[in-house]
Amino acid sequence: MRIHLTLPVLAAACTGLFGLAIGLALFYAPEDADQGLSQRIFYFHVPLALTAYACFGWGAWKALKYLRTRDERADLESYVAIHQGVIFGALTLLTGSIWARVSWGVWWSWGEDELVLFLVLFLFYCAYFMLRFSVDAGPARANMSAVYALFGVVLIPVSFLAIRLSKQFIHPVVFKLDGPQMTGSQFFTFCVCLAAMLTLFATLYAIELAGKRLDRSLRELKELLTA
Amino acid sequence: MTYASDVAALARKDLLLELRAKETLPSMLLFVIAALTIFHFALPTGTSDVAARGLLWAALIFTALLGLTRAFVAEREQSMFDALILTPVDRSAIWLGKAIAVFAFLVAAEVVALPAFAAFFHGLDGRTVAAVVLADIGICTVGTLFGAMAVAGRARELLLPLLFLPMAIPIVVGGVGGFLWFLVLYDAIFALLSWAAFEYVVSEV
Repeated sequence: MRIHLTLPVLAAACTGLFGLAIGLALFYAPEDADQGLSQRIFYFHVPLALTAYACFGWGAWKALKYLRTRDERADLESYVAIHQGVIFGALTLLTGSIWARVSWGVWWSWGEDELVLFLVLFLFYCAYFMLRFSVDAGPARANMSAVYALFGVVLIPVSFLAIRLSKQFIHPVVFKLDGPQMTGSQFFTFCVCLAAMLTLFATLYAIELAGKRLDRSLRELKELLTA
Repeated sequence: MTYASDVAALARKDLLLELRAKETLPSMLLFVIAALTIFHFALPTGTSDVAARGLLWAALIFTALLGLTRAFVAEREQSMFDALILTPVDRSAIWLGKAIAVFAFLVAAEVVALPAFAAFFHGLDGRTVAAVVLADIGICTVGTLFGAMAVAGRARELLLPLLFLPMAIPIVVGGVGGFLWFLVLYDAIFALLSWAAFEYVVSEV
């Protein structure tokens, strides 16, 4: 029943925050001296990426919870979080690709750690769905999905390290720890965009979860009626 | 029975089975040689060492995949999984035994593949051989766990490459670049994780 209360609140917060975020990103944040308008995609691209990580992390947390408690709800929650993560991840790849095209003139750049990492993660988590749809529903599937989801969050830092290392022989680039410095107003806009994106995730998560639960109770009801 | 003797018995069973049936190893050997031959023609003449070394890693990963796909076929076809789970051994011992057997097959295939590579292309250095051995550990530990997952699915042979290849990307990076410490790190992390997770993968099958 809790969802019935939180969902409208979340949806309203999401709408408000997104309106604010779009307004700030387009009108309030100062124009980038170097890249001009195209830099503004940053306010969506990076929050999308961070939200995708949050989704995968949340999915793994629920997976761990499932393995410990064998609570079916945790399995569903883990699945929904990863599902959202893949959607956010796909959008990250898309926005990153657009940004790369505008600022570097190429659709894809192997030199960009974040993009390559997302490709690896995208491949990994797409296989999660192949696994899930290939095994019959039940505790065995829930177990495997949970184990796979846990491998995913461990793979994230390992892959990131690998991609950093691979630059030494693919791309002779010096490690750069200090990224482009942001001004206060840019950082504020960025934070609002990130909050908006995370709320969007929470809203979509709640909607999909509610839908899936409804679907299941409906099916159970149907089975009861036919039995 | 101690844990070690359980593992040894399980690994011995797989090796004995292979010794008698000869199903996996010959196909792995033929595959890796055929792949290297294809790579010879795929590469333009006068290609650098680095490019050839990259293809060696591609060949090794796919050969390992071939072995891993076969790893649980006997268990599946003879419905051995239930029997294995009923035996009074720690479930992770099943994983370790299988991983050791797959490792043995892979090393056996590489004993032929690496000299063949050295003869076909530009020779080998000690660092590459060390990287191959370290990579094998990572491949077998993770691959065995995912192999056990894949046989439970309907897609089976199709599923394992999809599950495993994204996991193998860091191995390829570590192998091609010769980052031995990275491979050791990868092996340690994922061997531990696979060892802990195997129980959950088979307990409900």
